[in-house]
Amino acid sequence: MNAIAPTVQLPRLEGSGRLAFHRVLLSEWTKLRSVRSTKWSLFAGFLLTIAFPVIFSFVTRSHWNSMSPSDRADRHPLDIALAGVNVAQLAVAVLGVLLISAEYSTGSIRSTFTAVPKRLPVLWAKLLDYAVVSLVLMVPAVLASFFASQAIIHSIPQLQISFTAPGVARSVLGGAVYVMLVGTFALAIGAIVRNTAGGIATFAAIFFVLPPLMFTLPTSWNNAISQYLPSEAGRQIFALHHAAHTLTPLTGGLVFVAYCAAAILIAAVLLIRRDV
Amino acid sequence: MIEARDLTKDYGSKRAVDGLSFTVQPGIVTGFLGPNGSGKSTTMRLILGLDAPTRGDVTVNGRHYREHAAPLHEVGALLEARSVHTGRSAYNHLLALAQTHGIPKRRVSEVIDIVGLHEVARKRSGQFSLGMGQRLGIAQALLGDPKTVMLDEPVNGLDPEGIHWVRNLLKGLAAEGRTVFVSSHLMTEMALTADHLIVIGRGKLIADTSVDDFVARASQKVVVVRSPELERLRVELTGPGVTFADAERGALEVHGLTAEQVGDAAAAAGIALHELTPQQASLEEAFMNLTRDELEFAAELDEVVA
Repeated sequence: MNAIAPTVQLPRLEGSGRLAFHRVLLSEWTKLRSVRSTKWSLFAGFLLTIAFPVIFSFVTRSHWNSMSPSDRADRHPLDIALAGVNVAQLAVAVLGVLLISAEYSTGSIRSTFTAVPKRLPVLWAKLLDYAVVSLVLMVPAVLASFFASQAIIHSIPQLQISFTAPGVARSVLGGAVYVMLVGTFALAIGAIVRNTAGGIATFAAIFFVLPPLMFTLPTSWNNAISQYLPSEAGRQIFALHHAAHTLTPLTGGLVFVAYCAAAILIAAVLLIRRDV
Repeated sequence: MIEARDLTKDYGSKRAVDGLSFTVQPGIVTGFLGPNGSGKSTTMRLILGLDAPTRGDVTVNGRHYREHAAPLHEVGALLEARSVHTGRSAYNHLLALAQTHGIPKRRVSEVIDIVGLHEVARKRSGQFSLGMGQRLGIAQALLGDPKTVMLDEPVNGLDPEGIHWVRNLLKGLAAEGRTVFVSSHLMTEMALTADHLIVIGRGKLIADTSVDDFVARASQKVVVVRSPELERLRVELTGPGVTFADAERGALEVHGLTAEQVGDAAAAAGIALHELTPQQASLEEAFMNLTRDELEFAAELDEVVA
């Protein structure tokens, strides 16, 4: 460490300005890129999105000849191409929670809110930065996984599907949009819970525990309720076929967006009202 | 300038800050003194709007902190605990804060150089020692060239060289006309640094006074007296609130009377005095004298003196 500067005069600051939203956006971007866990989570999300379809494609290709007709019928090329989305959502959700919960656990939230005492611009900037980053990362990932899996299983005519066929492009890109929305939902959860473990547990409960629990309900109830769960509604964004007791891609997407908006609204109200 | 009016904060049933009213003036160093847990950090969080007051109000440079267009130019703060993401480097931590106000990168490097963190600025701040963390906090406080500088226990964990440097820094900032508000639980530190004192205990205002007055007021009633008839003098002076202690070289230390009272009493009794000296108490003693009567406060004093 250097010796402390002998002079105690504080040099004047020139060329500075006021607080502004585009500046908070840049600040939050700096935070996002300057922590190691961020890069690893995003890299993992990107890699898993591509790796799973590639592995599934190779497995399917090598076993195709020995598969029963019913097994073959169960295989759908888009399920293979988007197999990584379900895994990537976990990495993106964990990071979404961490982006805000880590500020509370380390105390850096006090610095953040000292610089931006109105607080809400911080939440908007985090959401916007993270949505853009996850979309910029996931769109190439789903496109790569689609074309890579199609290339690997090109020898199986039954599993060939054109990107321009009805609903295919929407499903593939919908996978990226879904992961982006999951990230914003998780970030809002993190802002509400303000604790990393609690935030991740809350997310996991909503997305991974609640859906199977529904099967303990009477079938008619399950059929009526399950389609409105965040995970099930959101899934329709990247589902090609409209199954029974599911919402359409548009309705499902809107329901999931409404869940995200509600979580963000609760986060915003609490952010203003609570002490730091 | 910081102005608090009837500032009050409850956490559940516990009252952390209790009806504080004070003004922190620019151009001088104002010490914020009180035992640990007396409400200093809470008051500073209220000033920055991190916590909302239960009652009362506090403004900085004429407005609520959050209403300023460029908050970092108004107040630069070092907060009590670490307020840095442990996985982020000092440079990136300061850069992210600077960017909210469009403060240029060279300013970030500048404040890092000022506090002597240049060689470790790119390392993860979680690896910093307590002293390095304090320096980073001070760099953060200086970042926006603020009109008001507010530091919570800035010398904690600093080496003697660092402590000396902080004292000079605070005096320099005040001399430039800034408002300097610095908390401590150590009176000796405040005696060397502060011009004015705001003393609190259990969240309440105990004193709002200049350091000189504070010491003078508390030390008025300690007098060292020397006389060939010390025992007779002791009898003459005995009364309610008066205590004695043996001073060096056979002198007597009289507590509870002024030099005038001792001299008059000696003259009336025809006792010759060879010495009559009002004592300058240390700030530590002054603080204890001031708070001695507050019984509920006694337990916490041990911490302060330590």
